[in-house]
Amino acid sequence: MSATLNPLYRFDTLVVGAANRLAFTAAKAVAESPGTVYNPLFVYARPGLGKTHLLMGIGHAARAINPRLSVEYLTLDEFVESFHAAIAAGQGEAYRRRFIDVDLLLVDDVQFLTHRREMQSELLRLTDALQSANRQIVLTSDRPPSEIEALDERLIRRFAGGLVIDVASPDYETRVAILRRKAEERRATFGGGVLEAVASLAIDNVRELLGALNRLVAFQAVSDTPLQPAQARALAGGSDAVEAAAGEQPPDEFGDFLSDISATVAQQVDSWRTKVAGAILRWEGEGFSTSRLEALLQQEMTVDPEEVLRKFESDVARLRALHAEAAELAPDLAGSTAFRDPDDIPGAQTLTDRARQGAHPPPSPSPLWKLDDLVEAAGNRMALQAGRAVVAEPAVRYNPLVIVGASGVGKTHLLHALGNALAAGGKTPVACLSAHELTSELIEAIDRNAVGAWRARYRGAGAFLLDDVHLMANKDRSQDELFVLFNFLIEAGRQMIFTSTVPLSELTGVEARLRTRLEGGLVVDLPAPDREIKHQVLERLVLEKAGAPDAELVDYLGSRPADSVRAVHGLFQRVLNAAESQGGTPTVALAREVLEAPAPKPPRRPVATRSSGVVAPASGARSREKVVWEWPDVGDRIVEEWR
Amino acid sequence: MSLVNFTAREITCKIVYYGPGRSGKTTNLQYVYGRVPEARRGRMVSLATQTDRTLFFDFLPLELGSISGFTTKFQLYTVPGQSYYNATRKLVLQGADGVVFVADSQARRFDDNLESLQNLQDNLLGQGVDVRQLPVVFQYNKQDLPRDLILTQDEMDDALNFRSVQSFSADALHGTGVFETLKGVSELVLKKLATGSQVA
Repeated sequence: MSATLNPLYRFDTLVVGAANRLAFTAAKAVAESPGTVYNPLFVYARPGLGKTHLLMGIGHAARAINPRLSVEYLTLDEFVESFHAAIAAGQGEAYRRRFIDVDLLLVDDVQFLTHRREMQSELLRLTDALQSANRQIVLTSDRPPSEIEALDERLIRRFAGGLVIDVASPDYETRVAILRRKAEERRATFGGGVLEAVASLAIDNVRELLGALNRLVAFQAVSDTPLQPAQARALAGGSDAVEAAAGEQPPDEFGDFLSDISATVAQQVDSWRTKVAGAILRWEGEGFSTSRLEALLQQEMTVDPEEVLRKFESDVARLRALHAEAAELAPDLAGSTAFRDPDDIPGAQTLTDRARQGAHPPPSPSPLWKLDDLVEAAGNRMALQAGRAVVAEPAVRYNPLVIVGASGVGKTHLLHALGNALAAGGKTPVACLSAHELTSELIEAIDRNAVGAWRARYRGAGAFLLDDVHLMANKDRSQDELFVLFNFLIEAGRQMIFTSTVPLSELTGVEARLRTRLEGGLVVDLPAPDREIKHQVLERLVLEKAGAPDAELVDYLGSRPADSVRAVHGLFQRVLNAAESQGGTPTVALAREVLEAPAPKPPRRPVATRSSGVVAPASGARSREKVVWEWPDVGDRIVEEWR
Repeated sequence: MSLVNFTAREITCKIVYYGPGRSGKTTNLQYVYGRVPEARRGRMVSLATQTDRTLFFDFLPLELGSISGFTTKFQLYTVPGQSYYNATRKLVLQGADGVVFVADSQARRFDDNLESLQNLQDNLLGQGVDVRQLPVVFQYNKQDLPRDLILTQDEMDDALNFRSVQSFSADALHGTGVFETLKGVSELVLKKLATGSQVA
């Protein structure tokens, strides 16, 4: 229910005379059973004859009969402005729905529809929708529909289909009744004949009549003697009449001054109500609950309304911020009414907190890989040192760090190890995943219409580590997202590390804006393992798996061709598997037997498991070793080959 | 000072009559005083020399009663016109919500008017008040004097009223233009309420 209905504009405060009796009867009938009689009801009258009073009276009466009825009052200008505001806020549909769900819609001053084709169409649509749902619409104008310039013919027909009724100027008796009632409301008493003298003047506008009464009240307040009918007529009748009455008494300059100042003060002070009402319309139009402001309108002025408006505005800003955050984290919360009630910020805060807690953390680095476990030798020293520098001062020295090296040289191992070290340094959560995973997640997020949440997931990361960035080639949307994320994280001072099998200069299918950003950090090569690295890796493996050092075995395996650490692991794993199947331990002899035997046929079915436990990209290269050493035993392999 | 106090539901306007010595500032206040019903006026405080020159300032409080639920009070002040009382003028000018510049229309007082106007601007500036933001009206007093002794309202406007603010022709001694001037400045001051810039 809109609270912009003036509490004073009720049926019982309306003076009914011959001029407005018909309109009053129709209005009462509409208020008693909205949507069933005279729909739409169109009331027209010259300004100042009580159209707005009648309109708001319908609202009050209808609500008194059925408090659950939703009643909306607004002027056409407000309708237009709030509609535009809603469109600007991207809530056009919600705004339309809001009106369509109203049981009794009261629209004032529709004469301003002139030449507004767009709003005419909107009103036509709304009138049709309300009528078909048996909901009431009442409109007022200062002229009949047919005289509203450039009004859509269809609207004129719709209005004519209900009841079009006018309010005429009040007659003498009605004018006296109006003056008496208003004087009584102001607790002002006048001598006999004073109000009648004013009513006898040719004032056919109720507003002007009340203006005249104001002058009488102000005059009487400063005058020591009771007001005389002639004086009253002079005061109410304008300057000519004042001059005519001048002979009776000397001019009261101070009284006139006071009267003028009173009018100015009233106008200025009351402007706060207009301001508050305007704010209500604006915020209601944007879908916010305005009960706090509505309550303010009902009050006498006890607080600074400007302060209330400022506070309300800041609460709305807070709600918007919470809403934006929650909607990113959990899109299903976007429509929650908690984000529309400035009086319930804690409720919105709770929802947002819940969204924060419920948001999935990004994939973290595998805990199996530690920086200390990495074998350091001349070949990988530079990459390792760069990595350590990044861990020591995240986002300060090398951001991004890009590790380039052939498949299997240990990029992923190093990446995850760096990720763990960053996490240990407090840069949590550390997002660590492959480009392939990132793309898969993005596709899923698009599918679920949850890209915002997906973005928020990575934007919240303390560090972002992406394996195999070259796999982003020709994935335009993924690249776009990565580009935006990259910029965000750089600006937010978060460390990023990438790996690529392909040197950046040879990277094709990746947009230059992304490639150049990667090049803008530190690019380090992780070369194929040299003899020193192979030996260290094998020594550690043999000691770990066989339980005792075996220099001969290490020398032999180290002399075998292997262009990556993964291949070295593969060689040892084959020997270890053979030893386990024979119930023995790996020896040089067994190694020679296994590794120098004719190579088995490659399996027909691709295997997507890597030693790292990370799913290999479908398009990624697979070495023979990678497939074989992961199999649990030779028997399975034979079965597989016979399929 | 606070113009509108919503908590106390009070509107207070301080209006200062400024201008060169003997231009008729005190006369303005005396005329107003004479037209206010007794119940509405406070005691007019006027500190004058034996030759009726304002020594310190005049102060006329007006209680306009309750308007729209606000107790409305006007405080009218004059400043001493003579140039050597500038410290007092500065003091009186502090916290003014509006200024009436009462100029002497006599041609021979032309320079005095200009000097006083310059002094007003300097004093406002010294208090950090932008004269363009303050409600100011001009009153060209003594327009009842023979034509050959005075400048007309247009001529006075040309000479003093650079910003084309409201100006009033007056004969303060007989009351012509006194209330019009007061009303003019009061309305300007009250209309500033709408901007909220001085709202407490």
